[in-house]
Amino acid sequence: MNSSTAPTPDAPLVQLLTPTGQRVTDPHVAFDGDRSEIEALYRDLVMTRRVDTEAYALQRHGELGLWPPALGQEAAQVGSARALRAHDFAFPTYRDHGVAWCRGVDPSLLLGIFRGSDLGGWDPADHGIALPNIIIGAQTLHATGYAMGLALEGLVGSGDPDRDSAVIAYFGDGATSQGDVSEALDWAAVHQSPVVFFCENNQYAISVPVASQTRVPIVQRAAGFGLPGVRVDGNDVLACLAVTRAALQRARDGEGPTLIEAVTYRMGAHTTSDDPSRYRDASEVDAWQAKDPLERVRLLLVAEGTSDDFFADLAADADALGVHLRAACQQIPEPDLAELFDHVFVESTVENRQQQAEHVAWRDAMEGSVVAS
Amino acid sequence: MTMKTASAHTFSLPDVGEGLTEAEIVTWRVATGDVVAINDVVVEIETAKSVVELPSPYAGFVQTLHVAEGETVEVGRPLLTIADESLPPADESPSPADESSSPADESPEPARQPMLVGYGPGAEQVVRRRRAVPTPSVASVDTEKVPAPTRTLAKPPVRKLAKDLGIDLSEVIATGTGTIVTRADVEAHAAKRRPPQAAETGPAPVTTSDDETRTPIKGVRKWTAEAMVRSAFTAPHVTEWVTVDVSRTVELVATLRASRAFRDVKVSPTLIAAKAICLAMRRTPELNSRWDDDAQEIVLKRSVNLGIAAATQRGLVVPNIVGADSLPLVELAAAIGDLTATARDGRTQPAQMAGGTFTLTNIGVFGIDAGTPILNPGEAGILALGSIERRPWVDEDDRVVPRWVTTLALSFDHRVVDGEQGSRFLADVAGILHDPAVALTF
Repeated sequence: MNSSTAPTPDAPLVQLLTPTGQRVTDPHVAFDGDRSEIEALYRDLVMTRRVDTEAYALQRHGELGLWPPALGQEAAQVGSARALRAHDFAFPTYRDHGVAWCRGVDPSLLLGIFRGSDLGGWDPADHGIALPNIIIGAQTLHATGYAMGLALEGLVGSGDPDRDSAVIAYFGDGATSQGDVSEALDWAAVHQSPVVFFCENNQYAISVPVASQTRVPIVQRAAGFGLPGVRVDGNDVLACLAVTRAALQRARDGEGPTLIEAVTYRMGAHTTSDDPSRYRDASEVDAWQAKDPLERVRLLLVAEGTSDDFFADLAADADALGVHLRAACQQIPEPDLAELFDHVFVESTVENRQQQAEHVAWRDAMEGSVVAS
Repeated sequence: MTMKTASAHTFSLPDVGEGLTEAEIVTWRVATGDVVAINDVVVEIETAKSVVELPSPYAGFVQTLHVAEGETVEVGRPLLTIADESLPPADESPSPADESSSPADESPEPARQPMLVGYGPGAEQVVRRRRAVPTPSVASVDTEKVPAPTRTLAKPPVRKLAKDLGIDLSEVIATGTGTIVTRADVEAHAAKRRPPQAAETGPAPVTTSDDETRTPIKGVRKWTAEAMVRSAFTAPHVTEWVTVDVSRTVELVATLRASRAFRDVKVSPTLIAAKAICLAMRRTPELNSRWDDDAQEIVLKRSVNLGIAAATQRGLVVPNIVGADSLPLVELAAAIGDLTATARDGRTQPAQMAGGTFTLTNIGVFGIDAGTPILNPGEAGILALGSIERRPWVDEDDRVVPRWVTTLALSFDHRVVDGEQGSRFLADVAGILHDPAVALTF
């Protein structure tokens, strides 16, 4: 009756840490970090979740117009982003709050765009991460173009680790239904561009399940375009880190692009305007709750002897981050629409400045008057 | 949106869904005097999109609830006022008023300029004066709407636990700091008492006097009324009738019920009527269309999303079966079974009621012969199936014999469907029910 009931063939899944916190091995990749590195990853996961839940609450307070929650996808974002080096570059979606966190972006800078106060909170060059892309899948083309630029500038395959660079493009399962993503995959494969396509398959494009969008696992598309594909447990931060690290190194070495499908689940709503209970069962959410990306790392750390103080300090840091976010949100300045004209061109034109002046004159003339919106 | 006075903050209804203008207060999770922390859930609201829990932007004591449960409030209206934790809870609903403010000004002005709430359609907005000093004003406090202040203090999760267990917090002995009732107190109290009575989940509050009963118009009743008025006064209805001998359909139902293939599904005359509608639609697709007034176009739908009218405790709901015309009979039976069971449990989701293209209503279950059904808005046809009764019938040999007879009534939108198409469609449905073998010819 409905294509969503079509069977999806299984593909092998890379996993290094089970939902119950057991380390397991994979024939192709391994995580060789010590406990302190796992603790650092756990800190990233906890802080990312706190950014997300705090911003969600800020929307409910009436402080943000919208928020797209990352709840449940923290491991995919943190694991992949921690595989990046400083001179690599990331092209995120609007949901990749954990990627921004790992790139050193103050999370309060994520809020402005969702408050309607700015066009994106940071200079991409400062952090090696572009501004959140609202247009579904478009950033995969941006990433491919950027990667081609790296190759043209000789920043790939030189053998110098301080010089060789790579790009990562984030996108969701829904974006794979966009032509942009197919174009980017094809172009990158043809040109062997240094880009990693990191698909966070969170199972839903707003309300449309992934089985209604593709007859084969997303990872299988890689073969058709002629690039390697790997499917990883997107709720396993160790596996996401190991798989992405290997793919980025291939890219830096001049060996071309890779498609990674991180199988995860959007635990929350698509955005604060969405009600997921209308299109999915609570039992499905419960099943994924048992695969929580944070809990498995916590279990591992407890088993390996991480102190209670570590967890207590981390909880305090997360609370402080919440306070910081709320205070920072209150202090976002009211936007001046006239500023929009400043960002149209790198070097403004006479016409642009004239339009700006006209807008300012109109705005000043309208002061205090009442209009129906 | 928020408002602050020297010692109290007021939390106003935000737009939680990109352009919403109002919401209904479903459940207060706090009462006057409660202690709340930042992000504790204080109230559950229902918007046009979903039920949403609102977390508190402030910590402190709940001083005033400005709105009662069941009320619908506009975005930007005050919900509750929270006083600093250092202050005692108010005894008599004090106004958080700033004396210089004008009590006549009911619309609250935010202390912060960049407000996000209230930008939805229809709302009026002031073009902000960039250098203007905002005038603080206050919400009027309507003490009649506010639940009586209570002295029992408890945090929202504890209050919810008590509510879930059916415990009156004022009966619980507090052993925690000060007089705050803790989770342990509630659990201890629960252990001592008899099992709670079933929670009351009745319909909207009803007021009764000697000579009349007044029920607020809301929920499904309100929606039904709006849909029926819209349909009746926009689509010119024509209703046609036909009385038909459906004995062979009754025999077919009995045969299918006994067959292995249909043992797990419910087989009824409604099922055969649903199938007949889908088949007849092939010859007269005009019945599966819609008058799009905005676009000035007639929209012919390719597949039949067959609505089945269901009487439920909440009222009339019309969920539909998407692509009913492409389903084999056994799957159609299963779909009807699922749909009616879901409707009777009150679990029908709005999405299941949207996008219907034609409706079948079985008024026969109430023992009624026929009626003039009103179109579900956006559809061009609705068929009412009357009761199937043993009646005297004149057969081919002019003998009067007892047969299973019913009356079908079809209403259609005369803007889209003419008498010719409506009549042919109705005759086709009747023909299939009279002799299901005719279905082979479709």
